[in-house]
Amino acid sequence: MKTGAQSATHTASASRAAAEHLVSLFGERVLAQQVTVDDIPTLWFARDTIVQVLTILRDEMFAGAKFEMLFDLTAIDERLRVNRQGQPASDFTVVYQLMSFSGNVDLRLKVPLQDADLCLPTVTHLWPNANWYEREVWDMFGIRFDGHPNLYRLVLPPTWEGHALRKEHPARATEMEPFSLDDAQTDIEQEALKFKPEEWGMKRASDDSEFMFLNLGPNHPSVHGAFRIAVQLDGEILVDAVPDIGYHHRGAEKMGERQSWHTFIPYTDRIDYLGGVMNNLPYVMAVEKMAGIQVPDRVKTIRIMLSEMFRICSHLLFYGTFAQDVGQLSPIFYMFVERERIFNIIESICGARMHPGWFRIGGVAQDLPQGWDKQIRELLEFMPPRLDEYDAMVLNNGILKRRTQGVGAYTTQDAFDWGVTGAGLRATGFEWDMRKQRPYSGYENFDFDVPIAANGDCYDRCAVRVEEMRQSLRIIKQCVDNMPSGDYKSSHPLTTPPRKEKTMQDIETLINHFLSVSWGPVIPPNEVSMAVEATKGINSYYLVSDGNTTSYRTRIRTPSFAHLQMIPAISRGFMVSDLIAIIASIDFVMADVDR
Amino acid sequence: MGWIEWQVGSGLNIASILLVVIVVAAMLIWVERRLLGFWQDRLGPNRVGPFGLLQVVADMIKIFTKEDWVPPFADRFSFVLAPTIIMIVILLSFSVVPFAPGVGVVDSNVGVLFVLAMASLGAYSVMLGGLSSDNKYALLGSLRAAAQMVSYEVFMGISLLGVVALAGTFNLREIVEVQENGWFVVPQFVGFLIFLIAGVAESHRLPFDIPEAEQEICAGYHTEYSGMKFGMFFVGEYLGLVLISSLITVLFFGGWHGPFGIGLLPPLVWFALKASAFIAFFILLRAAIPRPRYDQLMSYGWLFLLPLSLINLLVTGVVILAAN
Repeated sequence: MKTGAQSATHTASASRAAAEHLVSLFGERVLAQQVTVDDIPTLWFARDTIVQVLTILRDEMFAGAKFEMLFDLTAIDERLRVNRQGQPASDFTVVYQLMSFSGNVDLRLKVPLQDADLCLPTVTHLWPNANWYEREVWDMFGIRFDGHPNLYRLVLPPTWEGHALRKEHPARATEMEPFSLDDAQTDIEQEALKFKPEEWGMKRASDDSEFMFLNLGPNHPSVHGAFRIAVQLDGEILVDAVPDIGYHHRGAEKMGERQSWHTFIPYTDRIDYLGGVMNNLPYVMAVEKMAGIQVPDRVKTIRIMLSEMFRICSHLLFYGTFAQDVGQLSPIFYMFVERERIFNIIESICGARMHPGWFRIGGVAQDLPQGWDKQIRELLEFMPPRLDEYDAMVLNNGILKRRTQGVGAYTTQDAFDWGVTGAGLRATGFEWDMRKQRPYSGYENFDFDVPIAANGDCYDRCAVRVEEMRQSLRIIKQCVDNMPSGDYKSSHPLTTPPRKEKTMQDIETLINHFLSVSWGPVIPPNEVSMAVEATKGINSYYLVSDGNTTSYRTRIRTPSFAHLQMIPAISRGFMVSDLIAIIASIDFVMADVDR
Repeated sequence: MGWIEWQVGSGLNIASILLVVIVVAAMLIWVERRLLGFWQDRLGPNRVGPFGLLQVVADMIKIFTKEDWVPPFADRFSFVLAPTIIMIVILLSFSVVPFAPGVGVVDSNVGVLFVLAMASLGAYSVMLGGLSSDNKYALLGSLRAAAQMVSYEVFMGISLLGVVALAGTFNLREIVEVQENGWFVVPQFVGFLIFLIAGVAESHRLPFDIPEAEQEICAGYHTEYSGMKFGMFFVGEYLGLVLISSLITVLFFGGWHGPFGIGLLPPLVWFALKASAFIAFFILLRAAIPRPRYDQLMSYGWLFLLPLSLINLLVTGVVILAAN
């Protein structure tokens, strides 16, 4: 507990120091400084200076620290926002969130834009991963990025009208005209989906051969959902590729602006649909931070225990499908045995299996049932020897090694450039785990290792995840052995649903209870960003509250989105079979990419 | 054998072999799924009939009643021709297989060569199927298939020559008779291994199902096939499996002879037992091993199997010469 408190104060003071330094460094270029509850320094810059500032931040900072990664890039439609005290006038604000691994701090930069003139310079030359983020902002808000190489729509169909995350865009199908698709429109849509190599600067032939353009997906056995990659092939050698996403888009961020703070929780389960309650965690922690709720230790430990179970489930499915995509039929069936056991445990605790939606603002839905630890202890006995068997079957298999070692490798610097986090980053030999570096929910009290590998290839990404399962089992064991007693819910009035004991005794509690269960809690105006080490990398929720029962802006930064963008860069020059191994090794689900 | 005169090449013989071979191949669909289920901690098909035995019937009804569809962009003639080739050449190969004394279709003195020739023709089926489909995945599949089958034929042929040299004949029936007192798997163990590997590659089953590679090129050369034409590819693959297992039995494991001269069981039963064991082994192989990459399979063949099979042949020749 002590180390955790120390590291928390360290982070906060480091952030303050960074903020002061930046204000003195950039002087008059800083339009304003904003204070947010998450202690991330938030500075406003004009669009003429933003590229210059970002370049300085990427290349030189202070005391050896740099901002290596463009963690997130998004925008806010500010036109209906009421509580903007101290912020420069802006219709649309573009938000850059940078992450420094060397200094272990984050930084948020904002650029105000006026409705009449929605454009700003691109930063794709600074961070290649800005490409998709800028396309997404163009798609969702209609903000242009000058100098962007291919500023096409990314998530919505190319024929879509309007920009979905603008406030005037309807959130529900019932607010729009009834949908119909006649033959003529079908042809137009089909034509719009056709891959045109020239749009992407691809040639149809080289000097000595003609290229084949192959549509891999949106329905293909190995793309793990609805995902299309248009590949340019010379024989079986991959010359270039263009990933095409958006087939699994549900508008989760838009739903966040429509659902109450409480009723959005089950939607988060479906973001990374293999991560279950792990998705609830960053969201509820972000809301709790704005509401000022401190949750009891028992809640923290329950949350960790369930999250780690879901981490194992997700990794098991990855492990099995990875082997399957390399052509090994059987492992996935064995791995479903453990997965089934874990789902049975989760079901006995939460009442649901894959998407329990079980965390609540200020706690969890219910206390642990009686005898909850028996099945978990059995699992802790049952699983380790089976994991060793899987190693013998999959990781130590000669053919699998030859198929995956040296394939799709990248360095730590590449990982920073492309926004790669999680096992993909650790496989390059860089030890970074949010649970260690910035402990949340009480991870500082647990004893576990952060596995890393050296080469950053497909094999290493798999090996890191396999070891992570063992570490997760260690964490779960410590949860079972040391589960704190106490409440499963905070007594803070904004806890949802609120505690009921005192409602019949004083009018204040009764009113609070009535409002919170009818309207839902009203969260004080603020901004917060909360990141966790999710199953696939760093998952973060950036929430803007305007003092209402719903979120003003919900930004979900998912790891898979960043990872998919990297596919062409790491698969050029390999064969089609290698591309499949690379896709398998990334471990993504399309729901996590498209949101 | 009872009151019917069993004679190689009699009408009854031909009819019953054809029937048994096709029924066995069809039943293998069920056998494979059940065995895979058993090895993979699950049940497999167990709903239709006792132990799911009638699953094959259900599958057949489905396949026969499906619309006989040829994609409009395909080359109709070769599209229809391709699956028939594989059925015909494999069934023809069975004609030279000596199942037991008196049981067989033809007693050919070039049996080994005939089998190899038919295997070469089989490559056309896969190539035509992929090319006529006018589908990029099918094209990739048939390119892979052509390279793989043509290459592995070479090693298959050379690996057999050791047996031929030892037996002094190309006649499969005589090869079995020579093995009465000792199976060729002992002196020709290397040849056996190479033939086994090449056999899997020729029948393109996992781990060497590179022309179909579902995870990569979605069933490859037969992507566009459905209904009965797909069924012919499907059954053709199982026929190929039975054929390779029978050939291993004939060439290396003494055909209908029991081990160490034990005559306990009827010859046909010995043959069936041995062939079944190899079929089960091939299914186990599919459950256990991942798929190598296409270029890895090629370099493994040409850089490792080819020299090995040549050395095997050379050593066999030297030993035979020295013994004489």
